[in-house]
Amino acid sequence: MSNKKSITTPLTDDVVMNLRIGDEVLITGTVYSARDAAHKRLVELIDKGEKLPFDPKGQIIYFVGPSPSKPGKVIGSAGPTTSYRMNAYTPRMIEVGLKGMIGKGEMGAEVMAKMKEKKAVYFAAVGGAAALIAKSIVGNELVAYEDLGAEAVRKLTVKDFPAIVAMDCFGGNIYKEGTAKYEKK
Amino acid sequence: MRQISIEKIVEAVRQISMSAAYDLGKDVVGAIEKAKNVEESPVARGILDQVLENSKIARNESVPMCQDTGFAVLFVELGQDLQIVGGDLNAALNEGVRQGYKDGYLRKSIVGDPLERKNTGDNTPAVVHINIVPGDKMKIIIAPKGGGSENMSEVKMMKPSDGIQGVRDFVIDRVRRSGGNPCPPIIVGVGVGGTFEKCALLAKTALLREVGSRNPNKLYADLELELLDKINKLGIGPQGLGGTTTALDVHIETFPCHIASLPVAVNTQCHAARHKEIVL
Repeated sequence: MSNKKSITTPLTDDVVMNLRIGDEVLITGTVYSARDAAHKRLVELIDKGEKLPFDPKGQIIYFVGPSPSKPGKVIGSAGPTTSYRMNAYTPRMIEVGLKGMIGKGEMGAEVMAKMKEKKAVYFAAVGGAAALIAKSIVGNELVAYEDLGAEAVRKLTVKDFPAIVAMDCFGGNIYKEGTAKYEKK
Repeated sequence: MRQISIEKIVEAVRQISMSAAYDLGKDVVGAIEKAKNVEESPVARGILDQVLENSKIARNESVPMCQDTGFAVLFVELGQDLQIVGGDLNAALNEGVRQGYKDGYLRKSIVGDPLERKNTGDNTPAVVHINIVPGDKMKIIIAPKGGGSENMSEVKMMKPSDGIQGVRDFVIDRVRRSGGNPCPPIIVGVGVGGTFEKCALLAKTALLREVGSRNPNKLYADLELELLDKINKLGIGPQGLGGTTTALDVHIETFPCHIASLPVAVNTQCHAARHKEIVL
């Protein structure tokens, strides 16, 4: 696993199907930030048949609420938040074209089922490595929901953003397999 | 009687709000370095390297080590021979948090109502615990707490007959169910005894202890080490991706309890185990 795979957004089925759990990747392109509150609003828009503030087709959502940017900096610290809180929303986002998620911790069976059906991938970034991760974010533009503060949707331009494939589109789940591998009875 | 002004308290809280977010304790850094040397998974070793590198960047550049700069939890030990002059202590503590989170570019993570969920915009209110102690000094500890690990915490009111095995099973099960969610490697704060609320507070204060320190009572010191060993055999590993470093330490704090009760609490702390203190 020492060779890191470089991937660029938007993601295609081919790229997603080439990724397996444990693969270390460097992501370059665009990712959109969204957490609990923003997801709630996005899914409400889908329910009403309205247009989303960004086109999710082929895109990646990064579950992140960054700290404020210091003067002259692109962004503050920006590590992943815990992903299971988005279990209720992510399958809906995948249905409208989302191809990838970045977060931390295992996502639910309902997410995995939709990832397999629609060919999507879930990446783990290192939770708590927020100052380090911020160095791979080179652009930061507000897209929607400014009133949510840290939870607003932002278009982040990333260059060699470090992540690990944690759940793949074939049902692979590193949380289950990795734990089983190192468990000592 | 010795006096202290409200302004000094505001400034002290402002300062430690920022330094806690930027400067990870040497005990935690040392424990992560030690764990990296014995970690069996190469992916996990890579993650621990990132965590160590991150702590250096945060300290050197004065930026938050984690974007979740937490709920500001303040423990105040107030000497009974110290007089506070110039205003309201509680307001001063909150003003210090407000200024520290603004001036330090820390994230504002508090919603004013748990169901309406509108952000208060300045990370207040703080959660404040005040103890009156002998002397004429004031010690303020800030322990900012991230939401991801706090969500993996729990109190259980067990029966006296559940005994030490019940405590073991509950702690291990809580860590197992938490998986990668609380950003392992974690520090496990355990409270045993007291009442429902006292037990939770014991678990929280257990997190203030230095990593590597042991409970002075041998029974609990041994239990801490036994639980640490068992937790690191669960296989969860850094970030839950598999490995032999799931916890850096287990700290147990106890208190007498009712003849009918055996309360046990687990307060889970991520590797960004932040706390700073100042004595005024």
